[in-house]
Amino acid sequence: MKRLEAIAAIHGRLQDCIVVTIMGAVAAELQSLGHRPNFFYLQHAMGLASSVGLGIALSKPAARVVVLDGDGSVLMNLGGLTTLARYRPRNLTHVVFDNESLLSVGGFPTATATGSDIAGMAAAAGIPRTATVRTLDDFTAAFDAALAADDLTTLVAKVEAVGPAGFVTDLGLLENRFQFARHLRGLPETP
Amino acid sequence: MPVSVDASRIIYDALKACGVSVVSALPETWLVHLIRMAEDDPDMTLVRLAKEEEGVGIATGAHLAGARSVMLMQNHGFLQSINGIVSCAQLYRIPLVMLISHRGWFGERDPWQTEGGLVTIPVLDALRIPYETLDARDHVAHRIAKAMTLAHSTNRPVALLLGRDLMWEDG
Repeated sequence: MKRLEAIAAIHGRLQDCIVVTIMGAVAAELQSLGHRPNFFYLQHAMGLASSVGLGIALSKPAARVVVLDGDGSVLMNLGGLTTLARYRPRNLTHVVFDNESLLSVGGFPTATATGSDIAGMAAAAGIPRTATVRTLDDFTAAFDAALAADDLTTLVAKVEAVGPAGFVTDLGLLENRFQFARHLRGLPETP
Repeated sequence: MPVSVDASRIIYDALKACGVSVVSALPETWLVHLIRMAEDDPDMTLVRLAKEEEGVGIATGAHLAGARSVMLMQNHGFLQSINGIVSCAQLYRIPLVMLISHRGWFGERDPWQTEGGLVTIPVLDALRIPYETLDARDHVAHRIAKAMTLAHSTNRPVALLLGRDLMWEDG
């Protein structure tokens, strides 16, 4: 499974969600499929996308929040899994695209290449729903199930270590940030 | 434990008066009462962190969603959070308000706190983060309100250093 195919398969579902991505390939690929004002790309600060998602999920309980994370980023903030589990925002779906490498900086292997299991660590941290999927059909089914379950889910999608040629897009970081904040603040407070 | 309950209450009430509804925190001795006050307040969302840098992300998410938040941490937690402050809060112009206990400074008895105490202000200066120290009860509310105002007008991080003279009752 390629990450771009996986994002494309859920792109329609993301229209109704608040989406936070990590930097690099994930951000560039989601933008290539179509940017929306409800998408925020954290273009640095590796590890913190899930924390930003938690801050939004706790502040906007009526919103459905999706974080598109990666193995390298999760490994930089493993403690964040315990914080997610502790507050268990039922409106947060945490997708981790695991290509077992730091693709954008030379493709060096991460620890998931040698057996570290992110879904296993998420489960052990106390996240109530976790899964690892390897095919596009399994990914879309698991993603839909996570949205329908209305509970905190970490869904690890094993993907090929391929990405776009470049990561810089014409969407300015602050343009994205202020557009996203304006969108979020316009959402209703209660379901 | 001679951490001042009264000073902690003045700080907490000032945060409430500024509309703070989210507190992310990692405990340290000087912060115990403040964290308990947040815990006991049904209108406050307290996020207990595993490591302080997470709090930068949580404050960012809360701000983007329209909530006012602060981080409570020791200066060593501030030092731990530097990349998040630079690559998230500064890069994305987030009004991150940090209440930082200034350990390892004048009067410190714990040798292990002293290196962090020496570098806290130079690091704040290097990051161009404006700060004031809270070290007497009569200026706490005013300085917290001003810090909140500056953070939101600049859309940048602002720090308040919690000093020993305010937080610790036996000097």
